[in-house]
Amino acid sequence: MAQPQNLRYSKEHEWVKVEGDTATIGITEYAQDSLGDIVYVELPKTGATLAQFGNAGVIESVKAVSDLFSPVGGEVVETNAALENDPALVNREPFEGGWLFKVKLSNPSEAGHLLSPESYDQLLAEDNH
Amino acid sequence: MSQLASEMASPLIFEQGQEGRANRYFQHGAPMTDFLPKETLREDLPVPDNSELDVVRHFTRLSQRTFGIDLGFYPLGSCTMKYNPRVNDAMANLPGLRDLHPFAPDELSQGALQVMYELERSLASLFGMAAFSLNPSAGAHAELAALLIAKKYFKDRGEEKRTTVIVPDTAHGTNPASAAMCGFKVVSLKSDERGRVGVEDLKKVLGDDTAVCMMTNPNTLGLFEDHIKEITDAVHAAGGLMYYDGANANALMGNARPGDMGFDLMHLNTHKTFTIPHGGGGAGHGPVGVAAHLVDYLPTPVVRATLRQASDSDATAVLNPPGDNGQGRPFASDSMTFALDFDLPKSIGPMRSFWSNFAHAVRALAYIYANGAEGLTKVSQLAVLNANYIRVHVAEFLTTPYPEICRHEFVASAQELKKETGVRTLDIAKALLDRGYMAPTVYFPLIVPECLMIEPTETESKETLDEFIAALRDIVETAKRNPQEIMDAPVHTVVGRIDETRAARQPNLRWTPANS
Repeated sequence: MAQPQNLRYSKEHEWVKVEGDTATIGITEYAQDSLGDIVYVELPKTGATLAQFGNAGVIESVKAVSDLFSPVGGEVVETNAALENDPALVNREPFEGGWLFKVKLSNPSEAGHLLSPESYDQLLAEDNH
Repeated sequence: MSQLASEMASPLIFEQGQEGRANRYFQHGAPMTDFLPKETLREDLPVPDNSELDVVRHFTRLSQRTFGIDLGFYPLGSCTMKYNPRVNDAMANLPGLRDLHPFAPDELSQGALQVMYELERSLASLFGMAAFSLNPSAGAHAELAALLIAKKYFKDRGEEKRTTVIVPDTAHGTNPASAAMCGFKVVSLKSDERGRVGVEDLKKVLGDDTAVCMMTNPNTLGLFEDHIKEITDAVHAAGGLMYYDGANANALMGNARPGDMGFDLMHLNTHKTFTIPHGGGGAGHGPVGVAAHLVDYLPTPVVRATLRQASDSDATAVLNPPGDNGQGRPFASDSMTFALDFDLPKSIGPMRSFWSNFAHAVRALAYIYANGAEGLTKVSQLAVLNANYIRVHVAEFLTTPYPEICRHEFVASAQELKKETGVRTLDIAKALLDRGYMAPTVYFPLIVPECLMIEPTETESKETLDEFIAALRDIVETAKRNPQEIMDAPVHTVVGRIDETRAARQPNLRWTPANS
């Protein structure tokens, strides 16, 4: 499975896209496929401060309720309002329209320590041995 | 040929009937409105006016559109959907027990109190605990009781720093919720490659903040935790308590006892291990058991037993006095009298009013009496045998990630089938409905992708098991040949494939009149 090359990844199957001091966070194709039909996304509040790898919300699918973690720390500056009425957007476009929230990075170096597309691919291969 | 009643369209009760149709046997009596407070009467309420026969047909038809153990095989893993012999209901319906008022004094309730005492003694004996309380009214309620006991115990010992509850990822799903309800911090523990709790992994998270480690054994993968004594020893060495979730106790009876494994607290689900109706929002029953050092903390009331006096001058002693640790309590006998004791200073107090759901205690005791010690032992052995019989056959066409002897349930995975055909576990579950089976538990435990958790219980015949295996095999073979057919299932059920996202996001649960 080829991962988008412009993103960084976490072991919890979230992706991060860094633009300047802002990071956009979503879940990967693998994550949405594993979760199945997503019925509800509980996002952090704008203005909330998230710690790296800290709890950021909840994703509920027909299979399970899963915690959502933020792969980077910072202040939440925007959440994806489209998910309120159409949570399945995360299933359809996990890397694009199904993004979850944006943070203003408190420590821009954090994203650099996340997995590269190649390392994330390797992680998936190990998980699926 | 006329359609089966179960397949006929069924209008709502509001959409049937006509004004004046209801039977009025008591035409000369006062109208109902005379008995109701005037301010509560509403003209706008569209109360349906149906004949008795219409009502009977309506609800009988609805009852035919559901599925239960009385209709077919129900292999819902972790839920132990065993058949409840009707004789247990008959015992609970004996007038002397059924019609007893909860305020009846102890002298008039001796038989009922004896039932409670005897069941408590039987459970303690079966599971190796010092004492039980029959007070909680469901499994999760009993979990809550057990954690409240742990909390009070640590408070009395001045160890309020113990705030962490360890829950392995193979534990039962309600455990983290119960711990959080009690204000504990939950630490999740990953199972090892054998699907068990690794003793060394556990030791890494143990500390002087450890309050309780919650486990179920066999775990939710259906595997026996073979290092259980090392685990309970390690938790005790760290000063913590071990909690046994009784969800899987149907695998144990007469064969292994949580008390012997070193558990300090446990609960039972009477509907899983013994016999009471499952779910449906009805009354539940969840006995909570403890080891000797926790007996004083059990919920109230406790049934006290006293040997009947031969004459007024004979000295009598309570056989299970307050402060005893549960050891040496005799089974009930006709030479005893019984009394309820509500006055226990260390108790966490009542979890439920009166005697909780007493009729369920009658059912459970009837089940225990009917089977006897040897029968209960065989119940668990047959539950394990049936699960292994299905497991070995299912391994011929689905992956079984832990290919070893399981206990009362096992986990299979459709991950390979999904890669090959696109057919998911959810689709397999839907296709099973089409073939007349309740689907197994799916997507739990979370650690196995695309999993099916199958638990046949002891009450099914070899023929039923063979037919179920054949149905599952047929689904997998059809998926390889024509995946779309399975993805479109179910087509033979009253309602077809449900849009689960819409059902979750826009539920329409309330009927409103068409003209409002």
